[in-house]
Amino acid sequence: MRALRLPRLTFWGTTFWVIISAGLVSTFIRFTQGLGASTNLSDAFPWGLWIGFDILCGVGLAAGGFVVAASVYIFNLDRYKPILRPAVLTAFLGYILVVFALLYDLGKPWNVWHPIVMWNPRSVMFEVGWCVMLYSAVLALEFSPVVFERLNMGWAKKAIHAISIPLVILGVILSTLHQSSLGSLFLIVPEKVYPLWYSSSLPYLFFLTAIAVGPAMVTIESFLSYRAFRREIEVPILGKLAKVTGVALAVYLVLKIQDIMAYQLMPYLLTFNTESMLYASEILLGVMAPIVLISLRKIRESRTGLFAISLLVVLGFILNRMNLSVTALERYSGVNYFPSWMEISVTLMVIAIGFATFRLAVKYLPIFEHPDEPAAPKDAPQYDVVSFHEVLK
Amino acid sequence: MTRYGILIDITRCVGCYACEEACSERWGNPASDVHELSEIRNTAIRQVDEIYVPVQCMHCTDPTCVSVCPVAAFEKTPEGPVIYDADKCMGCRYCLQACPFDVPRYQWHSLNPEVRKCDMCYDRIRNGEKPACVEACPAEARIFGPLDDLIQEAKNRIAADPGMYENHIYGVKEAGGTSVIFLSPKPFERLGMKTNLPEHPLPTLTWAILSKIPNYVFWGSTLLAGIWWITNRRTEVQAYEAALLKLQERENGKNGNNRLSA
Repeated sequence: MRALRLPRLTFWGTTFWVIISAGLVSTFIRFTQGLGASTNLSDAFPWGLWIGFDILCGVGLAAGGFVVAASVYIFNLDRYKPILRPAVLTAFLGYILVVFALLYDLGKPWNVWHPIVMWNPRSVMFEVGWCVMLYSAVLALEFSPVVFERLNMGWAKKAIHAISIPLVILGVILSTLHQSSLGSLFLIVPEKVYPLWYSSSLPYLFFLTAIAVGPAMVTIESFLSYRAFRREIEVPILGKLAKVTGVALAVYLVLKIQDIMAYQLMPYLLTFNTESMLYASEILLGVMAPIVLISLRKIRESRTGLFAISLLVVLGFILNRMNLSVTALERYSGVNYFPSWMEISVTLMVIAIGFATFRLAVKYLPIFEHPDEPAAPKDAPQYDVVSFHEVLK
Repeated sequence: MTRYGILIDITRCVGCYACEEACSERWGNPASDVHELSEIRNTAIRQVDEIYVPVQCMHCTDPTCVSVCPVAAFEKTPEGPVIYDADKCMGCRYCLQACPFDVPRYQWHSLNPEVRKCDMCYDRIRNGEKPACVEACPAEARIFGPLDDLIQEAKNRIAADPGMYENHIYGVKEAGGTSVIFLSPKPFERLGMKTNLPEHPLPTLTWAILSKIPNYVFWGSTLLAGIWWITNRRTEVQAYEAALLKLQERENGKNGNNRLSA
């Protein structure tokens, strides 16, 4: 007689299904009753959590893809090869989820394809739309060798490999363009943004923080994969990559200090209010603390240190994007926006889907191991000693 | 093409709301007692103390909404009105976020939501008629005509009665100029109108960045290709030198020091 077996309940498994259920309920309300019924958005506050987190943070947190791809292919830094695939996978999943979340936020999601035929080159949003579209295609191609490898389609993998350099260059150009353009979105509302966050260098600030958060996100993923799959963490590699974060944050800090002087922000900094507190925590915890910790070799090259640094950078990044898109606009709007439970549950669902898909991809695709690729550098020509001998004669 | 506009003389507005009613009728909107812009109100009479202040789309010369819309759903017509095409719109609401005068409103509770704002009765203008609100106004607080004439008229009114008017025509310079201009008995900021707007059109702020893109794409990809070429060459040379070293070692071995054959 077979014993009745209940599925094993785990904490994360339960959390996952609770989040998905709540998200599905919210999805139903969003698409049957509209944005007004499902969100706390209003005419005075038209962009909320879905733009601030799902789009601004989502795109930024996927920046690891282009940072690592550029390091490996353009700069020929082969030591980063082991983390290339997880980084590209994160980026690819990230962009799919960004587009998925965008469909919730758009009032008429069925018109999402309109920028393809209805052009407005003066619009930052138009440019972001095109870049996200093209870059998603580039990421699909960059990721495709993993799938081809699994399906034993050597010829297709070779075809992609042949165009890898132009593909990566295109990816880097598109990424830098729209990562910075997400900041340019707010250039046009100088009198609406709270002075602490407005700057004519917003595109450069967004670009630098994207470069900084990319490696941090890749590091956090490596730690999570370690927990899930008991695989070793490439601490020495990730420690080196953390230096990229450090440099990007240092340049960012210089620009921020320059802004404080150029826009005379001291009075705003010294005013004790919600804005100054959030600004201070963003800079102290998300920028200054990581710079100090990264510059200390012992911490950078230790497992816990590296994790702490990456967590600070990621949380600081999220705080920065939320501050600009929500905090900085609240005072002007006169509205106290806080997302509804439906907005929050959809965002949590998007994150949960991201984790679950990443887990599945790692389980079924050769993400972390490279069976048919030898450890040797990818393109290094293997010179035959004998043929040189002939040449030198 | 003559550019048309509306001159709103706040000193003349008596707060009868005839403009609101005419506007609602023209748009087919339901009646409402709320005198604020909303998805069913494209012009509204706000009351600030004892003064009635009409508000509506300013029909900017270089409109922010036209510049930010990713699908070009907004258009600045040669006649002056800024019009909106709901069929193009995908509902990103960047226009609501970006409008310096906070004019566009959204149908938040619709499943096929549209942006709502005044279009200066574009259809009526093209038929040689005045906008509905202008025609309905019994006090001539709103007059319609070629924008240049209206600016001259506003100047004349200020000159004729400087004690009555604030010495400023709102809309001539604000955000690069608008097609709807205002005369006021009081400083404009006291009527809740924004006076901290730059005198240049706001789209110049984003265009300063966007116009650099073609250059960036060209030089950026050239630079990246150059870096790749250098680093790749370095790897090649390293492999070559390693091979050479191996070769030399082998030759040295042949000259008598070969431990293997010994």
